[in-house]
Amino acid sequence: MLLENKVIWITGASRGIGKASALRLASEGALLVLAARDEAKLNETADEIEQQGCSRPLVLPYDVSNVQSVKEAFGMFLKHHKRLDAMVNNAGILEEALLPMITPEQVDRIFAINVYATIYHMQYASRIMMRNKSGSIINLSSIIGQAGKEGLTVYGASKAAIVGATLSASKELAPFNIRVNAIAPGFIDTDMVQTLSEQKYQERVSAIKMRRAGTPEEVANTVVYLSSELSTYVTGQLIGVNGGMLE
Amino acid sequence: MENKLRKIFAETLNISEEQVTDGLEYNSIPEWDSISHMALIATLDDEFNIMMETEDVIDLSSFAKAKEILSKYGVQF
Repeated sequence: MLLENKVIWITGASRGIGKASALRLASEGALLVLAARDEAKLNETADEIEQQGCSRPLVLPYDVSNVQSVKEAFGMFLKHHKRLDAMVNNAGILEEALLPMITPEQVDRIFAINVYATIYHMQYASRIMMRNKSGSIINLSSIIGQAGKEGLTVYGASKAAIVGATLSASKELAPFNIRVNAIAPGFIDTDMVQTLSEQKYQERVSAIKMRRAGTPEEVANTVVYLSSELSTYVTGQLIGVNGGMLE
Repeated sequence: MENKLRKIFAETLNISEEQVTDGLEYNSIPEWDSISHMALIATLDDEFNIMMETEDVIDLSSFAKAKEILSKYGVQF
């Protein structure tokens, strides 16, 4: 197994790419910490992992965008584990609004979860990783952060911010043998996508060279790679998982 | 406990224990730069089983200050 006894923390682990990543990481032997607000859904993920015959993850229900809650969560974590091998900053929200309709509350909400939470978790996770001079931080960006899309100005800005944060942190943490990379998924079949009309769905698929949406498991495989010893010399990279998406 | 702290400073900053006095300040010697400061914080967290507040990480600007800050977390000198 690629991740035998590696301690890996993943935010937004109750659904979509986060949940798929949790299941995949566990199948490779990782000891997981699952974070999200919805305790019941987190426990469902934990139950599934246990049913796979893997160790039951530590479930931490908290608001990832609240710095005090993040700090308390790390305090709780340290009561259970002495090391942290990988931090997967996956929690995120997507809200559409054309420019005239963007509200300040929406900007605050999207940046709080997509950007601030990522920075706070990198801050605390790296302090634990420094103790062992080893670790991997994986931030979930999006193709929208590079290519943009109408109606997604705030979301796109937040996902571009993650790239900037990843690149800077990778330079800062490299002397401690801590890698920091970002993944930019393209059009992935998650709950978010299933709200699209058939016409919109087909429009998006037609912009993909592989002519299909990706699966959460295909993104999860990249999370596994970046968490593992297979990527020990990879840092400061943005890895697209998009099937050759054009825009 | 002060000796333990002095040893941590010396080992983390890669300097002699004689150099670790109350007057030793952040950025006053090449060995205590921003990178080694981060390493020092991580080591202090680990050795004393604490998680310092961000304000304290910023505030920890000398050996004397380190003792003062660690006292807040129940470390007795």
